[in-house]
Amino acid sequence: MTTVEQTEIEVIAEEADRARVETPFQRFRSDFLESHIATAALVTLVAIILVALFAPVIAPQDPYDLSQVSVLDSRLPPGTKSPDGYTFLLGTDGAGRDLWSAILYGLRISLTVGVMSGFIALIIGSTVGLMAAYAGGRVDAVIMRIVDIQLSFPAILIALMLLAVFGKGIDKIMIALVAVQWAYYARTVRGTALVERSKEYVEAGQCLGLSSNRILFNHILPNCMAPLIVVGTVQTAHAIALEATLSFLGVGLPQTEPSLGLLIANGFEYMLSGRYWISFFPGIALLLTIVSINLVGDQLRDILNPRLQR
Amino acid sequence: MSRVRILFAAVFAVLLAYAAPAIAKDIKIGLASEPTSIDPHFHNLSPNNALARHLFDRLVHTDENQALVPGLAVSWKPVNDTTWEFKLREGVKWHDGSPFTADDVVFTFTRAVNVPNSPSGFGTYLKGKEAVKVDDHTVHIKTPKPYPLMPNDMSTFSIVSKKNGEKASTEDYNSGKAAIGTGPFKFKQYVPGDKFVYVRNDDYWGDKPVWTEVTLKPIKSSPSRVAALLAGDVDMIAQVPTTDIERLKKDPKIALSQGVSNRVIYLHLDHDRDKSPFVKAKGGGDIKNPLKDQRVRTAISKSINRDAIVNRVMEDVAIKAGQLLPKGFFGVSPKLKPVDFDPEGAKKLLADAGLKDGFELTIHGPNDRYINDAKIAEAVAQMLTRVGIKTAVETMPRSVYFKRASRGGPDKTPEFSFILVGWGAGSGEASSPLKSLIHTHDKSKGFGASNRGRYSNPEVDKLIETALATVDDAKRQDLLAKATEVAIGDVAIIPLHYQVNTWGTRKGLKYKARTDEATMAVGVVEE
Amino acid sequence: MTAYVIRRLMQSVVVVLIMSVIVFFGVNVVGDPVDMLINPEADQEDIENAIRALGLDKPVGEQYLYFLKNAFSGNLGRSFIFGEPALQLIVQRMPATLELAIAALLMAVFIGIPLGLYAGLKPDSSTSRTIMAGSILGFSLPTFWVGLMMIMVFAVMLGWLPSTGRGETATFLGITTSLFTLNGLQHILMPALNLALLKISLVIRLTRAGTREAVHQDYIKFARAKGLSPHRVVFVHLLKNILIPVVTVIGLEFGSLVAFSVVTETIFAWPGMGKLLIDSIQQLDRPVIVAYLIIIVLMFVTLNLIVDILYSILDPRVRLGEREA
Repeated sequence: MTTVEQTEIEVIAEEADRARVETPFQRFRSDFLESHIATAALVTLVAIILVALFAPVIAPQDPYDLSQVSVLDSRLPPGTKSPDGYTFLLGTDGAGRDLWSAILYGLRISLTVGVMSGFIALIIGSTVGLMAAYAGGRVDAVIMRIVDIQLSFPAILIALMLLAVFGKGIDKIMIALVAVQWAYYARTVRGTALVERSKEYVEAGQCLGLSSNRILFNHILPNCMAPLIVVGTVQTAHAIALEATLSFLGVGLPQTEPSLGLLIANGFEYMLSGRYWISFFPGIALLLTIVSINLVGDQLRDILNPRLQR
Repeated sequence: MSRVRILFAAVFAVLLAYAAPAIAKDIKIGLASEPTSIDPHFHNLSPNNALARHLFDRLVHTDENQALVPGLAVSWKPVNDTTWEFKLREGVKWHDGSPFTADDVVFTFTRAVNVPNSPSGFGTYLKGKEAVKVDDHTVHIKTPKPYPLMPNDMSTFSIVSKKNGEKASTEDYNSGKAAIGTGPFKFKQYVPGDKFVYVRNDDYWGDKPVWTEVTLKPIKSSPSRVAALLAGDVDMIAQVPTTDIERLKKDPKIALSQGVSNRVIYLHLDHDRDKSPFVKAKGGGDIKNPLKDQRVRTAISKSINRDAIVNRVMEDVAIKAGQLLPKGFFGVSPKLKPVDFDPEGAKKLLADAGLKDGFELTIHGPNDRYINDAKIAEAVAQMLTRVGIKTAVETMPRSVYFKRASRGGPDKTPEFSFILVGWGAGSGEASSPLKSLIHTHDKSKGFGASNRGRYSNPEVDKLIETALATVDDAKRQDLLAKATEVAIGDVAIIPLHYQVNTWGTRKGLKYKARTDEATMAVGVVEE
Repeated sequence: MTAYVIRRLMQSVVVVLIMSVIVFFGVNVVGDPVDMLINPEADQEDIENAIRALGLDKPVGEQYLYFLKNAFSGNLGRSFIFGEPALQLIVQRMPATLELAIAALLMAVFIGIPLGLYAGLKPDSSTSRTIMAGSILGFSLPTFWVGLMMIMVFAVMLGWLPSTGRGETATFLGITTSLFTLNGLQHILMPALNLALLKISLVIRLTRAGTREAVHQDYIKFARAKGLSPHRVVFVHLLKNILIPVVTVIGLEFGSLVAFSVVTETIFAWPGMGKLLIDSIQQLDRPVIVAYLIIIVLMFVTLNLIVDILYSILDPRVRLGEREA
């Protein structure tokens, strides 16, 4: 215990030293780079994002162009030569797509779907949750009962209804994922904010005549950050996995434009057959992405959390 | 000394206790879909019908190739144009010991069409038919018009006991109270969602099954079903996925039983509308529906590499198709062969039709109905795209798909332009697909119910209708074959392949693969 | 407090009504159950008869009013597919799902909280890093994938555990469950772990985050300064304070465990409500879907109420009565 306290004191001293000479951004940067793992994760994540962005340039094949994909090339093991002269580095999937190209393109879709839906849900959810906690009374009751309805509603049913009315597409899946996720954020934020609301600093703010918005977003929200980021990083990863599950249930993305999740779901049926590569490589790519998002998220959370300020 | 003897006796007793069940033979079967009721008349759908055959018999049975064989009726013949006579088997007893008579048959005719809350009953096979008891073991069945398919229809529904069934509801069958049949097995236990447990009927009139106890467990997820077989938790599974067949063939602990089914996978095209919603000119503009042009339909058929679909998508577990039913079935044409893959010929035909630059099309299909359905749709789209018909793929769960495919458009017309579907001939002969898929959509006659392309040719209609009123088997067979030839000549539909079904068993067992895809414990034999 | 609870219960009636409207009309939008139910050989007349038999020939609004009328007398309709009362079908399958959810929840609590506490107290140790890295795996891989992998490894390759299904049940104190038999426990181990994985990760992370925050706060420093034993500090002062977000999430997650064990139940052929729901959705068995979701929404409303009450007990700063203004 004493060692912990000693390090704490050292850290506090160090921080104090640094604070004198660094701008906030420099401080943020040096805090972040303090962890080697987080740094490595950040580098990986940036690399993944770059690769996803430049997929059309890097990939030997456009896996979404049906005239370039042939079922005659399906299920080829890694390293096979294609009739067009390039090598299927990671093999091909059940429809004959080059897996390496498909993973590059799939990364884009998965990242877009996961991060965007997570982000939108976070914004909607935390705003609604804060409002509920701060306003209380009827507003709170109405919002929280909507949350109850939302939480009871299975994702597959939402996805199925959207599919029936609007057809398949990335935007529809994102709507479904946002619809599924926002309630989690709302519930989490409200829970924490309820505790915060009754704290002295809020009363102090009210006495000072600060606007409700200011109290909400400048004072209460930062104090709800820790559980929010935890739920956020978990949910983003979960959104990507959920998209895979929806695809597995047949209500996900269009099958000719597979995301990583859809590639895994498609490869799933080959898992017992010894053609490991069809779901293994997309699985590795998905894992790498999610792990790096989370490691970066963990570090961010520790830095941004006002209560961990040492 | 005496202690040793007691010990000895105890050991012996234990051994005996273990030896006794060794004579009993149990089998656990993993089903691919869950039967929803034990009531044989509640829901006329394949999993329920297969389940019913364990406990109940029909007047006419079908063997593994859907050929008709005597069941509870030992013989049948038409006595005049509108009456069929069925001679019933004597000495058959219900599971409760009461004798089986003509009264039970007459009762079944009223019950099978009158089950409360039934979502889909047996009216399809029973309407317009009247059963009359002649004596205890003779029944006359009358129809208003000559009706050749009577024996086929009599093979579709289970005969239930009048004594036990008269006041019984569907719940009484599920609880076992009314589940009294004449079949090879007797009811023991039903755990909803989990399992059906049946025991052997030692008084069965036919070949007694080898199994003393049968457990049927629905395991819907295919990889889990395969895993259950590999782990030895079940002795047999239905519907082995095509992707796993190669590996299972190499497994020394597993044996596979395969057989062609009565199900054809085919493409239906819009023969009807001048502007078809999912057909576009190249670049997305409007176009006069090219699918109405026979040359275009032929071009589409020629551009499909059926060997590639069978080999690459179906992993050689399918047979490429040239008509509605595989050879060996009643009413198929010996002349029709699968269309050969000919992309150059297809391009030429498209050019002849004034579509040198091709056009755009969307193929719609289910993704949870037929073996590898979504993958087939994608393969077809690739092949069409290569000859210049830029094809998009849209697959969806069957819950969404079938309503739209049948009635999704304005005025309850079919919504799509180009679809992937399958058809299993329940009756085991060619009139089944001909009257539902090929005959003009005609509500008053009850024909063309699944004609989602709205193909219509009066010549074909006439052939089908004549066939359905011809009692002479040889003449009917010719008429059905002729109707098929004309329709396939018109490219009414584009057949792709016939499904082949695979059952997996532990080594030492064998399943008599059935064309009707049913999984039944009586078909499992020891080698 | 009593007034508060009563008010919440009245709100739940409204919630159930809204839910039933959404589901009733939503399922109608998806497709037509008759297409799922009818034998393909049926002709147009048979199809129309089936539509009439199921009461689907009337306008949806009328169907809903009819449903509502019956619902007030406790009849939530009959399953199209099974022909039995929807409520009865769900209740039949409820014990299997509840035992699975409870087993998963216990795993989440008894694995998640200790590991999270450890990782929070010693954030820089290599064990903690392993715990945190492992917890990421828990939610990054799709459930169906992990489930099948477990079956492959533990049932097929090693042969330690049965691959699918629910084990034998036993009755004790009027409760029939497979948790009371060895065979039952063997069967439940894999599906429960599969279902729990995501929740374990979540609990680890929440506990760790809470712990990390709390150790820096004054009351913990003060408690330490007072010379309280480290155990007392951790297990009394710290744990009590970090339990709030954990309780919220666990409460909610229990709901989602019960409600959406869909994928796990499908992969492991577990005869529970989740499998019933997915089958009903896939076949558009509207009465079952509606009844199921009504039960689930009631469960969530109740759980939320319990969570809110627990809040006020765990943290006296939250005052329930005050918020009713």
